[in-house]
Amino acid sequence: MNTTFVGTGRLVRSMLQEDRMRLLVWALLLSGFAAYAALVLPRVFGADGLQARAAVMAEPAGAMMAGPGYGLDDYTIGALMANEMLGLLAVAVAIMSLLLVVRHTRGDEEAGRTELLRAAPLGRHAQLAAALTVLLVANAVVGTLLSAALLAAGLGAADSWAFGAAVAAVGLVFGGIAATTAQLSSHARAASGMAGAVLGAAYVLRAVGDAQERGGSALSWASPIGWAQQMRLFVDLRWWPLLLLVALAVAGAALGYALEARRDVGAGLLPDRRGRVRATAAGRTLVGLTLRLERGRITWWAVGLFVFGALTGSIAGPMAETMASQPQLLAVLGVDPTDEEAMANLVSEAMGAFLKFFAMAVAVYGLAATHRLRSDEAGGRAELALAAAVPRARWAGAPLLVHLGASLLLLVVAGAGLGLGASSEIGAAAVGEFALAALAYGPLLACWVAAAMLLYGLGWSSVPLWALLIVVFVVGMYGPLFELPQAVLDVEPFGMIDALALAGPGDGDATPLAVGAGTAVVLAVAGLALFRRRDLRL
Amino acid sequence: MEPIIEVDGLVKNFGAVRALDGLRLRVEPGEVHGFLGPNGAGKSTALRVLLGLLRADAGTARLFGSDPWRDAVALHRRLAYVPGDVTLWPKLTGGEAIDLLGFLRGGVDEARRAELLERFQLDPTRKGRTYSKGNRQKVALVAALASDVDLLVLDEPTSGLDPLMELVFQDAVRQAADRGTAVLLSSHILAEVEALCSRVTIIRDGRDVQTGSLAELRRLTRSTVLLDADVPAAEIQALPGVHGLTADAGRLRFTVDDGAMGTVVGALAGREVRTLTATPPSLEELFVHHYGNGDGHGDGDGSGTGGGGPARTKAAHRA
Repeated sequence: MNTTFVGTGRLVRSMLQEDRMRLLVWALLLSGFAAYAALVLPRVFGADGLQARAAVMAEPAGAMMAGPGYGLDDYTIGALMANEMLGLLAVAVAIMSLLLVVRHTRGDEEAGRTELLRAAPLGRHAQLAAALTVLLVANAVVGTLLSAALLAAGLGAADSWAFGAAVAAVGLVFGGIAATTAQLSSHARAASGMAGAVLGAAYVLRAVGDAQERGGSALSWASPIGWAQQMRLFVDLRWWPLLLLVALAVAGAALGYALEARRDVGAGLLPDRRGRVRATAAGRTLVGLTLRLERGRITWWAVGLFVFGALTGSIAGPMAETMASQPQLLAVLGVDPTDEEAMANLVSEAMGAFLKFFAMAVAVYGLAATHRLRSDEAGGRAELALAAAVPRARWAGAPLLVHLGASLLLLVVAGAGLGLGASSEIGAAAVGEFALAALAYGPLLACWVAAAMLLYGLGWSSVPLWALLIVVFVVGMYGPLFELPQAVLDVEPFGMIDALALAGPGDGDATPLAVGAGTAVVLAVAGLALFRRRDLRL
Repeated sequence: MEPIIEVDGLVKNFGAVRALDGLRLRVEPGEVHGFLGPNGAGKSTALRVLLGLLRADAGTARLFGSDPWRDAVALHRRLAYVPGDVTLWPKLTGGEAIDLLGFLRGGVDEARRAELLERFQLDPTRKGRTYSKGNRQKVALVAALASDVDLLVLDEPTSGLDPLMELVFQDAVRQAADRGTAVLLSSHILAEVEALCSRVTIIRDGRDVQTGSLAELRRLTRSTVLLDADVPAAEIQALPGVHGLTADAGRLRFTVDDGAMGTVVGALAGREVRTLTATPPSLEELFVHHYGNGDGHGDGDGSGTGGGGPARTKAAHRA
């Protein structure tokens, strides 16, 4: 009798119990997003707007961000969902799935829980089988809710169900890939990193493939995300690409099982890499330490912002034309349609709005980065370092400096990317101009990082600050669309900074910059002082 | 000479929980001081207050005569600390972590660093996340022992080490003590404490219940005697200071108060003595005596209360 799966059912129950909140949040967020898009976008755009948007998506840059472009000739909301939203949702579900599988397999194993479990009467494959069962449940729930969201928005039944199935199948594929990568490395982070790299490659393949030709090239067909998009949902539905997805998911899981049967508990199939025997001169300082630990994250953010910035910049021209005919979208830019000068410079106006968006994205980096201080404290590294001759202000101040510097760097990179993308439209000088303009948000970003320091110094959670950033984002990006009162729009901090005017020869108001810098200094000093006064949380 | 550590009436609350409740602790220069207590007795909390990581709610704590909270940085140049549960930077190798901690402390002795790596058989090229608990502790131990400091604060530093490494550790601590370094060693391993410590403090429920040299502590409990001699049991039992006598096939077993051994030996003068073994109380017995079950008052063999003596008892404080 095959006993390698003994105990799977029991494990499935405990994993589901552990994950139910997390899965519920994922499912509700994604289906909520889909429902919102399917209901609100047609109202915002109108039929003409949708068609204008189709023109953008027909451009190579648009196709890169969206999909192969089926149904662009008659761009319905269904075709939009399939062309633009399917890829995004598939990536999100893929991330959920690969994290889920790694968490319940290699994550448990690295933490030593597997050893404990496997010493009990539990089959060798029980844990992987249970994780894959939970993966199946999670994707079934997400897929069903997505379909329900589209049905609720009044879209066609068969295509709506196919949409949910396609997204769920992509989730299963990357769960299956994670089942394999979890066997390769003995570290959960590396396992999810490898699966994430496959996901990134899959996205890039279909982006390039879709940009090469309408309907996708061979490269699009090399990507599981491409397969989902090739189902021609809401245009000319075909089911068979779904079989490819299911087959790949099964193959990934099967490879995972096969590899798992050939290795020891706790061991990976790839060797651990060795490192330096001695610290470099920089590795002996706190700033050097933070740089060393942060450089991976900073690099990925920089690459991401630059690429996303360049893509965004490259569609600024067509976007501006689309917007010129859409009063609602002009409101997003804060442009008065009767203002002739502004209408003449719509590209620049649009770019200003994008720049603001990227500054907000960098604020996300700033807030996320300060979490390192919290994990160092909870994990005991702060105890170790502060028991050495390190003043508290220096321990917390060094990361603060690095995060500030990295925020400025990311602003410049995003601005340069945006300028590069738009350079065909508004000239090569745009690269330097936008990089410089982005720096105008520096003092404001310093405020966010310093505010995070203040909460840390108080020993409070950073949740209020995240909530505030979300509110600021919604007000800043969608406030005009929702016709919020001007008084509310005026206090949105990112809107106070006229970055392009400041960078250009014009006479932008530098007062907000000075006020921002001053506020940041006060917040940071207060945060550091408070941290000096409180107990370490151990 | 002023004491290295001087703690009196120390109180630390975490919400409604009182972790330290009037703790007294004194460590003299050059002394290896054992800090014993059951889990949750407040050992780590006390060490963290001494390191200025936690602020005391009441009482005084002095480190090298200064306030550990206010003068933390200056004081930390003179000490090295090994926590009980070492967490390293996952991306840093062991060697890099040792250098970082050493330089944050003000530099390491290069020769000693190399020697300790060798003796602890630690591979410094591996990343922090790949180390086992024992190896993480070795990283922190090498970083601490390679520093030139006046005080080592060690919080159960060997809980993950194997017996051979335990011996290496003991040797390294002895060498540090020979250099004049004072050591405060919190530990559960009684053999380690017996091997290393000149004085110990036993803590329970946030209070010190006993402190003194091991010899002084031993004096507070009875030695166990096994006797095979031509002497009637009743005669021995009648001697002052003899307790719990049992006879088994002519062999007598009993406990003797500290200081009463002379009377027992005197009573045997001129008799034929085939076997006489006297075992001093082990640290285990002291340990069990002070925080065994219930109120800490054992009443079995070897658990007499000597009363008085240079060692201080705080039995009256106990609930």
